[in-house]
Amino acid sequence: MKLLAFFGNDKTCTAVLLLITAVTFIIPFCNLISPPDSALHFSAYTVSLLGKYMAFALLGLSLDLVWGYAGILVLGQGAFFALGGYAMGMYLMRQIGTRGVYGNAELPDFMVFLNWKELPWYWLGFDNFGFAMLMVLLAPAILAFVFGWLAFRSRVTGVYLSIITQALTYALLLAFFRNEMGFGGNNGLTDFKDILGFNIQSEAVRGVLFMMTGICLISAFLVCRWLVNTKLGRVVTAIRDQESRVRFLGYRVEMFKLWLFVFAAMLAGIAGALYVPQVGIINPSEFSPLNSLEIVIWVAMGGRGTLYGAIVGAVLVNYSKTVLTGLLPEAWLYILGGLFIVVTLLLPDGIVGLLQRKIREQSA
Amino acid sequence: MKNNPLPRYCWLLSVLLLVFSITVHADDNQPLVDALNQIKQGSMTDREKAINQLVALKNPRSLVVLQALLAGKLLIIKGEDKLVIAEDVNQEYEVRDAITDAKLGTKNHDAVSKINLTNKLRSDLRKIIGELELNADDPVIRLAAVNAMANEADERLLDLLKLRLNIEKNPAVKEALENILLLQQMDSADKNLRILAIESLKDHDNKDVFNKLKTIVEKDADGHYVETDSDIRNTAELALIEINNRLQLYSAIETVFFGLSLGAVLVLAAIGLAITFGVMGVINMAHGELMMIGAYTTYVMQQIMPNHLGISVLLSIPAAFIISALVGIAIERGIIRFLYGRPLETLLATFGVSLFLQQTVRSIFSPLNRSVATPEWMSGSWQINDFLSLTWNRFYILLFCLMVFFALLQILKHTRLGLEVRAVAQNRRMARAMGIPTARVDALTFGLGSGIAGVAGVALSQITNVGPNLGQSYIVDSFMVVVFGGVGNLLGTLVAGFSLGIANKFLEPFAGAVLAKILVLVFIILFIQKRPRGLFPQKGRAADG
Amino acid sequence: MKNYLQLGKKLAVSIAVSAVLFTGAQAEDTIKVGVLHSLSGTMAISETTLKDTMLMLIDEQNKKGGLLGKKLEAVVVDPASNWPLFAEKARELLTKDKVSAIFGCWTSVSRKSVLPVIEELNGVLFYPVQYEGEESSKNVFYTGAAPNQQAIPAVDYLMNDLKVKRWVLAGTDYVYPRTTNKILEAYLISKGVSKKDIMINYTPFGHSDWQSIVADIKKFGSTGKKTAVVSTINGDANIPFYKELGNQGVSAEKIPVMAFSVGEEELSGMDTKPLVGHLAAWNYFMSVDTTKNADFIKQWKEYIKNPKRVTNDPMEAHYVGFNMWVKAVEKAGTTDPAAVQKAIIGVEAPNLTGGTSKMLANHHITKPVLIGEIQDDGQFVTVWQTNKLVDGDAWSDYLPESKPIIADWTDPIMCGNYNTKTKKCSGQKY
Repeated sequence: MKLLAFFGNDKTCTAVLLLITAVTFIIPFCNLISPPDSALHFSAYTVSLLGKYMAFALLGLSLDLVWGYAGILVLGQGAFFALGGYAMGMYLMRQIGTRGVYGNAELPDFMVFLNWKELPWYWLGFDNFGFAMLMVLLAPAILAFVFGWLAFRSRVTGVYLSIITQALTYALLLAFFRNEMGFGGNNGLTDFKDILGFNIQSEAVRGVLFMMTGICLISAFLVCRWLVNTKLGRVVTAIRDQESRVRFLGYRVEMFKLWLFVFAAMLAGIAGALYVPQVGIINPSEFSPLNSLEIVIWVAMGGRGTLYGAIVGAVLVNYSKTVLTGLLPEAWLYILGGLFIVVTLLLPDGIVGLLQRKIREQSA
Repeated sequence: MKNNPLPRYCWLLSVLLLVFSITVHADDNQPLVDALNQIKQGSMTDREKAINQLVALKNPRSLVVLQALLAGKLLIIKGEDKLVIAEDVNQEYEVRDAITDAKLGTKNHDAVSKINLTNKLRSDLRKIIGELELNADDPVIRLAAVNAMANEADERLLDLLKLRLNIEKNPAVKEALENILLLQQMDSADKNLRILAIESLKDHDNKDVFNKLKTIVEKDADGHYVETDSDIRNTAELALIEINNRLQLYSAIETVFFGLSLGAVLVLAAIGLAITFGVMGVINMAHGELMMIGAYTTYVMQQIMPNHLGISVLLSIPAAFIISALVGIAIERGIIRFLYGRPLETLLATFGVSLFLQQTVRSIFSPLNRSVATPEWMSGSWQINDFLSLTWNRFYILLFCLMVFFALLQILKHTRLGLEVRAVAQNRRMARAMGIPTARVDALTFGLGSGIAGVAGVALSQITNVGPNLGQSYIVDSFMVVVFGGVGNLLGTLVAGFSLGIANKFLEPFAGAVLAKILVLVFIILFIQKRPRGLFPQKGRAADG
Repeated sequence: MKNYLQLGKKLAVSIAVSAVLFTGAQAEDTIKVGVLHSLSGTMAISETTLKDTMLMLIDEQNKKGGLLGKKLEAVVVDPASNWPLFAEKARELLTKDKVSAIFGCWTSVSRKSVLPVIEELNGVLFYPVQYEGEESSKNVFYTGAAPNQQAIPAVDYLMNDLKVKRWVLAGTDYVYPRTTNKILEAYLISKGVSKKDIMINYTPFGHSDWQSIVADIKKFGSTGKKTAVVSTINGDANIPFYKELGNQGVSAEKIPVMAFSVGEEELSGMDTKPLVGHLAAWNYFMSVDTTKNADFIKQWKEYIKNPKRVTNDPMEAHYVGFNMWVKAVEKAGTTDPAAVQKAIIGVEAPNLTGGTSKMLANHHITKPVLIGEIQDDGQFVTVWQTNKLVDGDAWSDYLPESKPIIADWTDPIMCGNYNTKTKKCSGQKY
């Protein structure tokens, strides 16, 4: 019962968390004990698909933290996700070694091909897993810190902030498209072979990556949950509701916002780093403003300001995308578009809000 | 000042037709018939031979046939294997026999096939016809003829030109002729003549002169001057400096014009948003799709009246306004009115709408781009001189943008609707208390913004693709412009659009197209830090809302 | 504790439901063919047509009695112009739908995204678009043109027939234009063109404001030497580009533009007036006068129920590729990918321009090269063509690092990336 209390006696929340935990451990376990053709065995397709959903769920969670609790609508959360992904991708590229198309031990194929003679400085160190993981956290964090420090200090709020975060991710999109940047241009980073010396396509690695994603998601969720219940969390929520009043009470509003923003960016970076090895490619389109908009949609659909709502939303939207693009390739945009409209009009608290209401009605 | 003599050929054609239809007899026609038979052959070498034969014949009918060939009016009637000259009338061809000029009635477009040309044949033809037309009565045709020969004038043609110069009366043609001869004179053996030629040509903004002067001061691979005479070199160098000074001025004018026209596109795309987003606070992600609807309206209008391109584009403006406005009102009544006071949720719902509209267009018009033709008066450019020309379509769009802007400003300032819109934007509750029907005003305001997006779509259809993705490519830019200018301020949008356009175009030569755009975006981000409410922040109580 | 029990029950149900959704039962009485083309998003413009082409070809084959006595069944999915989704959908096609072959992809990045999946699961992919080369996978069959089947002949034509001396290489900033331009630059320099007579320009996708660049091209071309533009500008950016050229008075007679990505379908969405006389290099034109082509066009127009629809080069590539696959399956007697990969090498299938294309050991095919001038009806007039079919070359001979590399998927080399100098096979997973 203590567990329930931690989640504010919210059964839906507990259910979601238990479900994720179950999926995280049961699937790799099943694959471990059962032969490939048994009914209990989950195919690589299912595993990588679920892994992708969970990475997206983590991304959604990070947005919900800043949007749902601090009221900062970031239309560029995808940028942090992509940066984390690129950091991971760079590590994986360096792992290819001489197995590239041109057999160059130092340079990735696209650099050989652009006639680059040596590795640019910002690629140095990425052959080391630890360094790369550090960059997964630091690259988004630094960007978020610089951007947030400038923006929150000058009290840029509301739509202005939303639009300049969009400008940020758009500028990065254009920058990463440029082949001169040294990140592979439009083709991005792909054709990964190994991670930590293990074949990235082997079932075991897939299972481990999947489990890692699940564990990261669960721990991130718990940390976020704890965070919003601390004093910091309460101040942040107060800022969302009445920013100037909190300021008059003597709190340094911009600092609270900044740290939360940076923390969320790091979470998004982790999500990106988990996403890339599972889908096998990172390309500038992850920076596109539309992608970031979609993240907002996940959170809104699931239910903003609940944390687990973001998870539900991310998984549901992406699952329906997977199903619909296969089932109704010509009509899926109608359904998806219609769904967004219906949810915003009829379910202002998202799916989770609906569930909670149902449960309340039942128990009443 | 368009350099397109083709329409005039038609006029000349009819005069010639009258004269020659009487004089030409069937018996003399055999060589002509042979040549024309050869033209019908598929291969381009056959066609080239046939053209040369036609020229050699010196048959007056040749010119008519060659002109028709160049204008794409020489056709074969399918199945009959007959060469005809056609005039396009009401979506049908009025055809005449190529040899006898006898009227053969009208033909369906599908019943004939055109005699194709390649570039080489086309430019050969232009030269040949130019030669034949050097003595035409219309000075415009003469000028075109002279210009067609300007670049590749050999000895024989120069003699022809000199002869013409002696009797030429029209000042424009005369100048063109003199220029060609002076240019030739720069190569003459007489040093004084050469210097004289350079001196008298240096004030002309002519690219042939410029290129010629550059070759005079060029060095060869060993570092020696190609031109040995230092006097001539010095004169040429001085002349080049003068021309280069002028060139710099022209290129600055050009860049400003490019910037303004890019700015005009940005303003057009953003101004509707300045109303829906700026005045009403609705984050309308479907704004781009409303522009797309406007562009498709233009396409449909052109399909309805394919023979009146110019009028159809003009009529598209009100049509697009009405259709986009209706769609906008439908969106407002159906969705947005339930979401007032929750601006961020309008973002989600309108994003859904935008997906929906895109897919609708894909289902109706297919995902392929649609071809929207540019009317004659909007294509080509205003050729001020060889180095400076301003394109007409950009020019009109710039003008159009300003007209839309001032019209909108008038509506907001001087009409009852405008007054009500501003009142509701400033204080909704108070406005309602004063008896303003806020619901109706909301719908009309959103309709107005959407209608203007539709009008912008008409302009965009003239410079870019008309396809389902049209809206997406402008939505981010539009938001930037509105935010940079200051939400809720129309003048801000105008200034922001133009200054971003010009900044972009001045950066482009140094940084390249992509980097220029990135720099502009970074600039906007930094600018917003400095002035968190844009260029022209809203003042007073409304700003606190 | 009752709550927990209920929760557990719900959990079990949801897991069971999702397991059923993900695995799904399969019926095994048809041969499935995957069609992996974007039907939404930015690439839908080009790729939707190819999906329809595949459906038509499969339909036609079924009318002829199917393949190996079974009916063919098309499995269409929509990767929505989203590159990771391409990989996901390829995996779905191969593991869930168990397709025998996939026909799909358009952009290089989508192919690169799909590649590891196809190789891992040992599938077969037919890729129908002209591309940059520098690749030959065991599992991919490249039925579009390699650079030596499009770019080099086009430049030869400009140099020899139009006497072009100054070159503008304009492209969209991604791999295909980058490689093509690199190959062309090396080629031009080897032909004695000096570096200052070559201008290279890259623009982003969907670039719409061409004023400054066209003005630059105009200046570059005003020196009196014959100038041409070799354009690898992609898709949507073309319309504003040609419009700007036309408006600024750059006609095909003064500065011709040779395009590698503008075909009949793109032209059908453009106002062709400013384009007349500009050039394009392809391996097929709709205007080619052969009976096979006439039949194909008729069939297409009937299938799509629109007499105005056009055919284009990638469609022909699918036509050739599909027929090669059918023949290879018949030859092998099975749709098993490994057997098909072996059987297809050397298989010949008629193309629509009157010749017979052959699948080479490097997984590319032989193709004719045609150069056409754009007419105002949106069609091309062939002004030049190779007198025999050209072999597709996976690794360009004009790039120093790929010069020693060859691809040969027959014994004893069995490698897509074989270095003839070091006698080593690199970059492969087998």
